[in-house]
Amino acid sequence: MLEECAVLVLFAFPAMADVSADRARALEHMVTQDCGSCHGLTLKGGLGRPLTREALANADPEGLTLIILDGIPGTAMPPWRPLLTEDEALWIANYLKGKD
Amino acid sequence: MRALAALAFALLTSTALAADLPQAVATGDLGLVIERASGSLVLIDRSDRAALGRIEGLGDLSHASLTYAPDERFAFVFGRDGGLTKVDLLTRTIAARTVQAGNSIGGAISDDGKLVAVSNYEPGGVKVFDAETLALVADIPAKGKTVGLVDVPGRRFAWTVWDTGEVFLGDFSGAEPAVEMIGNAGKNPFDAVLTDDAHTFLVGLFGEKGVTAFDLWNPAAPPQKFLTDYGKTGEDMPVYKMPHLQSWAFTEGQYALPAVGRHEILWVDRESQTQTAATPVHGQPVFIIAQPASPYVWVNFATPLNDVVQVVDSRSHEVVATLTPGKAVLHMEFAPRGAEVWISARDDNAVLIYDTRTREKVGEVQAEAPSGIFFTARAHQTGL
Ligand code: HEC
Repeated sequence: MLEECAVLVLFAFPAMADVSADRARALEHMVTQDCGSCHGLTLKGGLGRPLTREALANADPEGLTLIILDGIPGTAMPPWRPLLTEDEALWIANYLKGKD
Repeated sequence: MRALAALAFALLTSTALAADLPQAVATGDLGLVIERASGSLVLIDRSDRAALGRIEGLGDLSHASLTYAPDERFAFVFGRDGGLTKVDLLTRTIAARTVQAGNSIGGAISDDGKLVAVSNYEPGGVKVFDAETLALVADIPAKGKTVGLVDVPGRRFAWTVWDTGEVFLGDFSGAEPAVEMIGNAGKNPFDAVLTDDAHTFLVGLFGEKGVTAFDLWNPAAPPQKFLTDYGKTGEDMPVYKMPHLQSWAFTEGQYALPAVGRHEILWVDRESQTQTAATPVHGQPVFIIAQPASPYVWVNFATPLNDVVQVVDSRSHEVVATLTPGKAVLHMEFAPRGAEVWISARDDNAVLIYDTRTREKVGEVQAEAPSGIFFTARAHQTGL
């Protein structure tokens, strides 16, 4: 429930990426499950660093969007461009910034 | 009739034996399914193809795994959040629990069942616990995240370090642990596996191409790197999920290994450590597991192609079946003699049971976002 509220709040934010409510739900699932396989289900870190709001406090959403789309070459962080649009990556970046 | 007899027996036993024998349950065909999102386990009965109950309160179980004590009564569950939990299958309760690190990735139990070792990411290293009490016995720090921890006969464990590539063999049979660095596997090992004869410790590399083999029958022998140039002909794809190296020995002395970043299984001759074939498959392999007592291996795949399981014949290296058991297939576990395979479909909240001869679905058990499936027969396998 709480998480769903967070999505709605983010979604209402003016600078938000253009992503449908259905797709947003799928993206949220993807963050937990697929990003979670390396960053931890609660995003507190694993093979990849923690992606909690605290850990990303100094990161800007545009920078995160690029990391998500292009990965970090030379590390295990893969580029998600084949699976995500730029809007979707921006949505995830904002979602991470807003999530506890 | 039978029900009546059973009832009569139950009444009899409940008066005569209740105090010392509350329920006579055998554990040889039981198993546990990890419910990764809810921090719980489902206790399953393989013969009845049914869930018996749920055990809760195990913390963050994403990427969790477990191992069994030799008595097949207790399971040791390794949580992502550093939690080590000892679960009692008979009482279906938590017998002991310790949060021993900030972030961990799997573990193993010694051949005699006395010690449980946990592989930790944060802080990196291996911690060893008394299997009875979960009291800390040894703490071996590492210069990075430890992966690929396995048990080696003689109260030993082997592991490698993601950040440095170092491979260690630790002997815990004496009063003091004796830990030896037996070589360097290469750049960013992602997982490792021990062959069933405990001879070869195979370390898969992510940061460079290849697999490095360590001879544990002769740890002084130099490690052998192979598969160093697989897939030179095409572009590698991004890796969305780290593969696992769980399977090795098949008919005709081969290893079947996942090609990191490619939609391929690589076949390697065990003796010469040279590649003999490559099988194009549906996606990037995550688990490649041998169906016991058969020439077949079963493969599942990384997201987003993870709703398919394929069966490959190790003689012809051809895909002989493509199944679509459910959404987000995370794991497969065979009945010890290979008659059935249980497949977890995370996004369908179900574990699907397939007959391995007909490859038809014969049953289903509900579970919340299931990942790993572990039958108690694992208690008697080296290197798990
Ligand atoms: C296969 C493993 C893997 C998966 C899956 C993965 N990541 Fe990563 N990610 C990493 C690693 C490893 C790093 C750290 C790289 C480094 O050492 O700098 C990282 C770093 C990051 C960073 C940079 C963090 C920082 O502090 O700068 C972001 C943001 C990130 N990942 C987002 C995601 C998102 C969003 C997803 C899912 C769409 C995802 N990752 C899936 C492995 C992964």
